[in-house]
Amino acid sequence: MRPILMKGHERPLTFLKYNRDGDLLFSCAKDHTPTVWFADNGERLGTYRGHNGAVWSCDVSRDSMRLITGSADQTAKLWNVQTGAQLYTFNFDSPARSVEFSVGDKLAVITTDPFMELTSAIHVKRIARDPADQTGESVLVLKGPQGRINRAVWGPLNRTIISGGEDSVIRIWDSETGKLLRESDKESGHKKTITSLVKAADGSHFLSGSLDKSAKLWDSRTLTLIKTYVTERPVNAVAMSPLLDHVVLGGGQDASAVTTTDHRAGKFEAKFYDKILQEEIGGVKGHFGPINALAFNPDGKSFSSGGEDGYVRLHHFDPDYFNIKI
Amino acid sequence: MMANPTQQTKIRWGELEEDDNESLDFLLPPKQVIGPDENGIKKVIEYKFNDDGNKVKITTTTRVRKLANARLSKRAVERRNWPKFGDAVREDVGSRLTMVSTEEIVLERPRAPGSKPEETKVAGDPFGTLGQKGAVLMVCRTCGKKGDHWTSRCPYKDLALPTEGFVDKPAVSETAAAAAGSGKSTYVPPGMRPGAERTGTDMRRRNDENSVRVTNLSEDTREPDLLELFRPFGAVSRVYVAVDQKTGMSRGFGFVNFVNKEDAQRAINKLNGYGYDNLILRVEWATPRTN
Repeated sequence: MRPILMKGHERPLTFLKYNRDGDLLFSCAKDHTPTVWFADNGERLGTYRGHNGAVWSCDVSRDSMRLITGSADQTAKLWNVQTGAQLYTFNFDSPARSVEFSVGDKLAVITTDPFMELTSAIHVKRIARDPADQTGESVLVLKGPQGRINRAVWGPLNRTIISGGEDSVIRIWDSETGKLLRESDKESGHKKTITSLVKAADGSHFLSGSLDKSAKLWDSRTLTLIKTYVTERPVNAVAMSPLLDHVVLGGGQDASAVTTTDHRAGKFEAKFYDKILQEEIGGVKGHFGPINALAFNPDGKSFSSGGEDGYVRLHHFDPDYFNIKI
Repeated sequence: MMANPTQQTKIRWGELEEDDNESLDFLLPPKQVIGPDENGIKKVIEYKFNDDGNKVKITTTTRVRKLANARLSKRAVERRNWPKFGDAVREDVGSRLTMVSTEEIVLERPRAPGSKPEETKVAGDPFGTLGQKGAVLMVCRTCGKKGDHWTSRCPYKDLALPTEGFVDKPAVSETAAAAAGSGKSTYVPPGMRPGAERTGTDMRRRNDENSVRVTNLSEDTREPDLLELFRPFGAVSRVYVAVDQKTGMSRGFGFVNFVNKEDAQRAINKLNGYGYDNLILRVEWATPRTN
């Protein structure tokens, strides 16, 4: 395959997200402008100007009309996907790290970083159908975990919120009462910071990637460990194929250590693993720095990766990918 | 100044201006487009004058293929026509934000499909297989014993000094490697020092391993062609064709890495001297880079 290289960002990529139809790809980077691309040919459709800090994550509503972004400028913003107009700004007292719309797009979960004696928190906001009615008050605020919460996503039926972060513990919270329901234990859980967390297409299980050089597959309801994928480098990003039983891990060394080694030793490939057999299938090379973001097209026929090198690489699979045998 | 098209038949060549080539185009039959038919074959028939002023019929046959099955939703099609916004509005034509990689990227298989991880370890170590097959190859140059130990492991190393001039290349490299480890003043990068994490070097070795150089390739050979040519011999982990950055043409050589050494050897035996695109291929082991 010949990947499509998209050079729209001037700083390292932080997050990638496809819309539900798989025709748009949203990219976030440490430069202040999230960008939307056509997912088939990589053409740039537009940019969302208004943030004043690194943008850490984004999510798009099911009807591809609304975009929410979380940024280090201590705000999360709602955007009109089509025009790039800002609809609303949620103000916080610390950087917003992770954002996600609930199923039905009525709620959004936003995490904020620990900052100036403030602890990290998970906020649940109500998203109004009409942006004019939008308010900034939180429906629920969850506090407790130490350190940054890198990712918080909605559990099945929006009943729970699943979070993971610097304290390397995965937690499942009740999204109504805010009670902590489950916690991953020391033995089966990650040993280092959880960097990414992605749900399966049906939401029944999710995958977490960690700097302890592994990724783990968990049941979304019971939080039982299903599989572990061991690799030889810290995992920054994970993705799960909606079509085949494949998981993709991306990572590399710390950004501060990359200049001291050969790029061939840097392990900047996206590694494919068989989801069930936990065996490596192959690697896709190309980035000149660690991979920070990975996303699979909802049709499972292409995936994109975003790197510390500022490039988004969009890969449309060759036909022989679909009948790879272990 | 020009003859009226209705009087076409009466035009005399002498009346036409010589340097005005386009003026003759009305004499040509119109462009014809046939298809695309159910197989996606489309024919375009054009006529033009060549440099000598002769009429030439050009038939271009193309196959129209849908690359991705466009099962796009109505909304997605609508979005396709959305106007650009933000920075994308005033994008220069030459900004080239989106480019297709010039390099063919393949999903690199860690090992041949169907093999166990242990097997690849043996296959990846050329000496391991050699030692099993013909033990005669293992000859100690210090004591002359066959099939018992390598020169560097010779228990009699200290007793008998090797006669000078007898030492050939491999021995030099072996002793040099040993010396580098044992505190000679040459600089050794941190990653290469004994006790350091060796993953980096292993990675590199895997890349250079079982590498086959293919030369005398035709200009329009690309990686997929080479892959097609070499895949029947066994699992291929990497294919590379040197491409001229300026012209985009192949520079006539490339490299193919095999997962198994035996496959590579078979490919060399079979394809060296093989006629490919009117050229005689030269296929040989790639000499490892010396650095």
